[in-house]
Amino acid sequence: MHDPAVPTGIVAASAARRGRGLGKAGRAIMPVLAVLGAIVVAWYLAAVWMNAPWVRDQAARAGETVTAGQVVRATMAQERPVLPAPHQVAAGLWDGVTGQKITSKRSLVWHGWITLSATLAGFALGSAAGILLAVGIVHSRVMDLSIMPWAVASQTVPILAIAPMVIVVLASMGVTGLLPKALISAWLSFFPVLVGMVKGLRAPDPMQFDLMRSWNAGGGQVLRHLRLPSSLPWLFASLKVAIAAALVGTIVGELPAGATQGLGARLLSGSYYGQTIQIWSALFAAAILAAALVWLIGAIERVTLRRMGLAR
Amino acid sequence: MNRPRPALRPVPAAATAAPVIEARGVSLTFPTADGPVHALKDVNLTIGQGEFVSFIGPSGCGKTTFLRAIAALESPTSGQLTVNGMTPDAARRARAYGYVFQAPGLYPWRTIAGNVSLPLEIMGFDRADRQQRIARVLELVELSQFAGRYPWQLSGGMQQRASIARALAFDADILLMDEPFGALDEIVRDRLNEALRALWARTGKTIGFVTHSIPEAVYLSTRIVVMSPRPGRITDVIESPLPRDRPLEIRDSKEFAEISHRVREGLRAGHSDHGDA
Repeated sequence: MHDPAVPTGIVAASAARRGRGLGKAGRAIMPVLAVLGAIVVAWYLAAVWMNAPWVRDQAARAGETVTAGQVVRATMAQERPVLPAPHQVAAGLWDGVTGQKITSKRSLVWHGWITLSATLAGFALGSAAGILLAVGIVHSRVMDLSIMPWAVASQTVPILAIAPMVIVVLASMGVTGLLPKALISAWLSFFPVLVGMVKGLRAPDPMQFDLMRSWNAGGGQVLRHLRLPSSLPWLFASLKVAIAAALVGTIVGELPAGATQGLGARLLSGSYYGQTIQIWSALFAAAILAAALVWLIGAIERVTLRRMGLAR
Repeated sequence: MNRPRPALRPVPAAATAAPVIEARGVSLTFPTADGPVHALKDVNLTIGQGEFVSFIGPSGCGKTTFLRAIAALESPTSGQLTVNGMTPDAARRARAYGYVFQAPGLYPWRTIAGNVSLPLEIMGFDRADRQQRIARVLELVELSQFAGRYPWQLSGGMQQRASIARALAFDADILLMDEPFGALDEIVRDRLNEALRALWARTGKTIGFVTHSIPEAVYLSTRIVVMSPRPGRITDVIESPLPRDRPLEIRDSKEFAEISHRVREGLRAGHSDHGDA
């Protein structure tokens, strides 16, 4: 009586279900974990390979012979390795974040906050400048022709060469601390916002502009009711790029000699004293900070666009 | 929308009352890379207060261009075009018309009421006045209970009704519609045609309506303007003998078939003109 195809169908369906056993989140995270695992393995191998010569030198100088196993073990626990092993960086990061009072100069939280505050100030400044310039460019043909080439040129100037000059010039005028770094950060972050917003403000289709014209709407009204709301997807995309660029700008601003505060200064002093673990810890602190900031903007983006009915 | 209701204002008895739109020798040429395109050539037409005029013809016949010229969204290269006795641009600034496009073009971040409110906000109506107008026009298009919904929660036909409400909200006497139902399926289209007739009868607006559907043009209009392309021009103007009160079934009548036939002949003639040229 029964169709023989039915049980086969059920088997196939349950097999498909087993394939989906990890769930959506699980399937999304598996490739990430696989890549992470591969990186960690490669990193350990590189650490052994790069740190081993020093171990052999030390042994030779002491007139000892070392086995391969001893070499490997020694490469994992040097105080100033050429390449610190992942667990050393993790320990350094953990100690920097939780092992110190957050007011201590050895605390990554303290340095991170210095960098974060300048980054946020520069990001706010740069984004505001980018949005204002984009609004000007969209409304004025003269600005469209005159600003854009300069904006592009500003980004071709090597920031590493400009940053020390900005710091030194401003310091000679008595301006130190957050502002000079924020300016360098703004310099890098205004550009993606400018480009994104010019595109976004021009995004509505011609019919929408015709409608506005049929209502005799002024330029300001078109901007407020049509251009700005429609540009939000472009704005958020460019803000994500801008905040990462702002962090890079701040760190570059912290590198010039004399800086003692911030993740950039931490990187620099680490390289002075050959404190590779300190360098890598600061590097990872900066990377984690950048990821957190980009994620935060992404979260705001998701909520805003969903509320505005602009989410895909 | 199709239930009988008392008219909001007296409907003019004769369709050829005071002229609202007058075109005298209007031509419009677009310069393109392949040389000038004559979108309109020597168009003469007078549309009176309270008329429902359809423009029908194949693509490129200039029907949309003519509607856009009336709305001051395009400028004629020669000839004279007046709207309410003014230049089209002065009429636009005096908010003489509401324009409905093929797509509803509603803002996804505004509710239906918010979308209808947008032109009113731009034109500076105060809050109480806005509320009252929104309620009135949404009732007119039978969307009152959807005022608080967002566009994506409504069907295509309902969205287009909302866009008509938006065009009506600021009480322009002229309604210009550019293939407003072109993207909708036939069943929805029939309902909206019926509703539009009723709305026109209630409000006494002057309506310019672009379409390429013969039944739609014949059913809706008091006058049908047949146009043909290259150069865009008027080939025939047909006064509809159909009665003012038109149930959908009128489309099965002999008169309806006769007018449809004449429109089709006009379209064919315009086409063969082109073939001979």
